[in-house]
Amino acid sequence: MATKRVKFTFPQELIKEPVIYKLGVDFGIVTNIRRADIRDDMGWVVLELEGESNVVDEGLAWVISTGVRVDPIAGDIIEG
Amino acid sequence: MPHVKCLQCRECKSEYPIEPLNACEFCFGPLEVSYDYDSVAKAVSRKSIESGPNTMWRYHDFLPVEKDSAVDISTGFTPLIHAKNLGRQLGLDHLYIKNDSVNPTFSFKDRPVSVTTTKALEFEFEVLACVSTGNLMGSVAAHGAKAGMQTMVFYPADLEQGKIQGAAVYGPTMVAVEGTYDQANRFCSELADAHRWAFVNINMRPYYAEGSKTLGYEIAEQLGWKAPDHCVVPGASGELHTKIWKGLEEFEGAGLIDKAKTKMHLAQAEGCSPIVEAFESGNNQVKPVRPQTIAKSLAIGNPAAGPYSLEVLRETGGTGVFAYENSIIDGIRLLAETEGIFTETAGGVVISSLKRLVKQGKIKKDEVTVAFVTGNGLKTLEAMGDFVVPIETKPDLDTFQKKLSNQKD
Repeated sequence: MATKRVKFTFPQELIKEPVIYKLGVDFGIVTNIRRADIRDDMGWVVLELEGESNVVDEGLAWVISTGVRVDPIAGDIIEG
Repeated sequence: MPHVKCLQCRECKSEYPIEPLNACEFCFGPLEVSYDYDSVAKAVSRKSIESGPNTMWRYHDFLPVEKDSAVDISTGFTPLIHAKNLGRQLGLDHLYIKNDSVNPTFSFKDRPVSVTTTKALEFEFEVLACVSTGNLMGSVAAHGAKAGMQTMVFYPADLEQGKIQGAAVYGPTMVAVEGTYDQANRFCSELADAHRWAFVNINMRPYYAEGSKTLGYEIAEQLGWKAPDHCVVPGASGELHTKIWKGLEEFEGAGLIDKAKTKMHLAQAEGCSPIVEAFESGNNQVKPVRPQTIAKSLAIGNPAAGPYSLEVLRETGGTGVFAYENSIIDGIRLLAETEGIFTETAGGVVISSLKRLVKQGKIKKDEVTVAFVTGNGLKTLEAMGDFVVPIETKPDLDTFQKKLSNQKD
């Protein structure tokens, strides 16, 4: 089993989509939300994902394909 | 490390021991070093600082490491220059340039990396690592060499050769990561979990960030133990901006300066200005952006300290301002032509933004203003483009005189 800590950033048009629910139902990934802030024009959720390593990777690839941005919880770590 | 209390979550305020941790176990918020400021205040005085070394380590009482253990390549205590020529052009009588491009690896990154490397040795790490596209990699490679540590430098595979060579010369293991920026970013985050390495800006981030405070201490000391009226700071992750302010507040708390009333302005490039956009729209959330700027050292689209930088802007009455992309090179040349200082693109962003702040009436003629130049221009020569138009002459005096007078006409 693998765990990953990530931040999802939702653009306005995807705020109402049940992305996290589908990660659980469609991929069998355990999702554990730790912090979130949802507004009219954007939203972000910081959460931990737990599941088989390849399944978590597949799930994250699907999330990215929906248009939700996925980052490490520390944000951009590649510095100039 | 007599004055350090613990690590504390910036969000939920949970406390943690001094270990290589960067995120709160409860809310995953970022951790920050917390100090016993009464103890600091008793230990320091203007005199004790003035008798310290001419490096950033004269402020060791404010840093989260053991005394006398510093990995020091002579970083800091860089010049604060009264920029009379540039000031005259902009209409400012008391403009100062904090020239941090003269650090050992030619950028301010030597400050946070010096603290981190010192702390990494205290934690008995054998490997120092970073992921970078420029200034940070050179600094980590140099400090790793000085400390005798194995050093790993990760970078996106499409990075320019000049930047790669500037770090490789110190002898680290260089790792080119294929894929997009986002893929490399996520990969390196996972690496930090998989190996017991001191990743300077990941698991060592709380200590790393503290090094930048020394810029705040230095300008206050160099101004005669006074905080300036304005600071203009380049913005990437937003951390430098928050830490310079933390430095000024700590000096005030220790009784070394009077109350700091500095307006902390943040300068970003038009093509990557997520913090400025949030400031202008009144949000306290920072929307990530895809960077499209020539100021590569400021190209952080999802800034980790963005919300805290917004807090500092609003708390101090500062302004978030961006430099138009086509004005960045003009800013570099203006500083070079007036003060003889050649800065990289981030410095061009600062000078161009400073001009805008003056034009907007945010900075007045008689106010003390410090603009931070954080990297050397030789690092971003490729951004300068082909702007040189030489006088072409045969090697004889008559031809030259003729060409010279033609040019003057």
